Amino acid sequence: MTTSHPSETQSASETHSAGWVAEALREHDELARQSAELPNPHDGRTKGSPQPLPGTVREEQVLERIDRARRSRPRVKEQRITMSHGAGGKATRTLVEAIFLDAFRNPLLEPLEDAAQLHFNGSRVALTTDSYVVSPLFFPGGNIGDLAVNGTVNDLSVSGAVPLYLTAGFILEEGFEVDDLRRIVASMHDAAAAAGVQVVTGDTKVVEKGKADGCYINTAGLGIVEHSMNLGVAQARPGDAVLVSGPIGDHGITIMLARGELDIEADVISDTAPLNGLVADLLAATPGIRAMRDATRGGVATILNEVATDAGVCVVISEDAIPVRPEVRGASELLGIDPMYVACEGRLVAVVDGAEADRALAAMRAHPLGEQAAIIGHVADDPAGIVLLKTAFGGTRIVDLLVGDPLPRIC
Amino acid sequence: MKFVDEFRNAGQAHALSAKIAELCEPGRHYKFMEVCGGHTHTIYKHGLEDYLPESVELVHGPGCPVCVIPMGRVDDAMHLAANPDVIMTSFGDMMRVPGSNGSFFDAKAQGTDIRMVYSPLDSLKIARQNPDKRVVFMAIGFETTAPSTAMTVLRAAAEGLENFSIFCNHVTIVPAIKAILDSPDLRLDGFIGPGHVSTVIGCRPYEFIARDYGKPVVVAGFEPLDILQSIYMLMLQLSEGRSMVENQYTRVVPWDGNVVALKAIGQTMELRPYFEWRGLGFISHSALRMRADYARFDAELLFDVPGVRVADPKACQCGEVLKGVLKPWECKVFGTACTPETPIGTCMVSPEGACAAYYNFGRLNRQRVKEVSRS
Repeated sequence: MTTSHPSETQSASETHSAGWVAEALREHDELARQSAELPNPHDGRTKGSPQPLPGTVREEQVLERIDRARRSRPRVKEQRITMSHGAGGKATRTLVEAIFLDAFRNPLLEPLEDAAQLHFNGSRVALTTDSYVVSPLFFPGGNIGDLAVNGTVNDLSVSGAVPLYLTAGFILEEGFEVDDLRRIVASMHDAAAAAGVQVVTGDTKVVEKGKADGCYINTAGLGIVEHSMNLGVAQARPGDAVLVSGPIGDHGITIMLARGELDIEADVISDTAPLNGLVADLLAATPGIRAMRDATRGGVATILNEVATDAGVCVVISEDAIPVRPEVRGASELLGIDPMYVACEGRLVAVVDGAEADRALAAMRAHPLGEQAAIIGHVADDPAGIVLLKTAFGGTRIVDLLVGDPLPRIC
Repeated sequence: MKFVDEFRNAGQAHALSAKIAELCEPGRHYKFMEVCGGHTHTIYKHGLEDYLPESVELVHGPGCPVCVIPMGRVDDAMHLAANPDVIMTSFGDMMRVPGSNGSFFDAKAQGTDIRMVYSPLDSLKIARQNPDKRVVFMAIGFETTAPSTAMTVLRAAAEGLENFSIFCNHVTIVPAIKAILDSPDLRLDGFIGPGHVSTVIGCRPYEFIARDYGKPVVVAGFEPLDILQSIYMLMLQLSEGRSMVENQYTRVVPWDGNVVALKAIGQTMELRPYFEWRGLGFISHSALRMRADYARFDAELLFDVPGVRVADPKACQCGEVLKGVLKPWECKVFGTACTPETPIGTCMVSPEGACAAYYNFGRLNRQRVKEVSRS
């Protein structure tokens, strides 16, 4: 059945001998060399041993080699920016670490938290910035304006700060309708009022038609930290509980459906909302809180991976416990998307001392934005750096960082 | 959620798992191939292996549409897409498949007009909206997706659209299964038959596997309980000394397939004398091309397609993985040089690829994990 065919054959390694494949293979050889030098922890033999190792031991060795490869210094291998670099998953993290952190490296930036913590004359101030390029600009449950306010308010809130002041920078495309701009700005005003923040400075630029997509907004935010807790995902430790403040994926699915390319209709609206009130209640009820993050691009899965990696722990979660609206689950099943990777704009993930899990849950549920909050899992010590999911079916699997870009621009 | 949760019921899974364990003969090792990449994805996504005794091993087969596309075809598609008159369209899975000079995504970042579509009908829409452009749909997949390509061509013909064509890479599953059965590398005890392919071709085409090779086949659905039940059905056949084609996926798969879909394929497409499969080499009569009556929709005739065969990078062992000879982690470059973000081989690209499924979901020590899960 299988026949050879005498057509011209070209070697792929020739066509891009200087390309990334050759480079990746060199890296691979280097890692293989390193692991050959390491003694085998299982039976004292080295990898070059003439006797074949049992399958499970060899598999374990491969897993260790992959772990080392993942810990190696991140590098951007692509020649050009692709949509994956903005999707919030692995490529985004690599870009941020290899390009931005590498250039700007300083102790304030290094934790890569949602907001930087600055110290002025004994008081702590939090500073953050975010740009908004969502398409479409108007969607069920909100528009780019309230998103731009809530997103930045939330970045400050989850860092433990009380948000106070915002900036607003607009990049407008020639031809954009002023009425649309009025609607967007009115939403920004309402969202700022609801969150108790003021927009205190701004900037406007207009670019030629075709050089932007209607309207982009950047907001920066300043807040004050009124407590002495040290929050951060690196603080997570075994025994902690992991909570989410409500059903996940509403925003991302709303945007996908609002683009009208999928011919799917569902009663789902964006969850965009300011989280500062919920955070204040949570902080007051839970002195043993370790970290909070708002689950935007990359979704809950990305945050859990950040916890596992930065704290060197295993995060164990139960699929059954994760709140997902039936509409969101249905659309996700149809599209082959995991809601764990779908963005929210008004949900947070919290890691708290296991002993305070119930108090944290009660505090969230007492707030209108946290009525459907849930404890979704806990922190264990082994295997470190891994997010482990107990599936509803009763099996186990890992939940990795998102690769690629399954979603359109969502924020 | 209705029609989903009942097929993911842990209680029933435990019961089936116990029945499978009962059927295991002491000292015997069972090796079943799930032909379809969709099954591979389900197995890892739901952690199905946790329910199987150690003596039952699942081997991943060649039924992943993206995985079997050879590098030369990707290069051909890139060449087509580089034509400034062309808008290239394809399914999302295809976007990250590496050719010898990068993927569709890389080409897109350099300004080539390549668009992701969910259905070939979306390509048709793009063609109507862009009358001054020539829209090409890169068609991939087994008999599962071939009918939608066929229906799209029929519609384009009915509408008289002249700026739409197909770069046809449709393949057929049976020759690939036969190539695996004839391969000396692998000893299998049975097949979990492809589900979606069988909705189109039915169950009869697999009869030779049971009759001539003496291997049981159970056509299975894509929920985890479907697969577990099909493993039980295979074990039952073996324990009773039978080898037959059985249909577990009766709620979707008719024994004789979908006659309307088969007619549409037959009307627009015909078998190629041979086609190159990634890792498996050239297989006779294993792929489809446009019939002469529909030559005006055949991108291979309308455009200059180089048709150069490009060998896989030396270290890439996709072929062995596709044939089930190697487990994903046994490939030399798995997880180090070849990862989902920078795949060297196709098996690491599609979510249905065995390597991607293992890397994304299954990359863990099951023994250690069992201890963690108990805690």
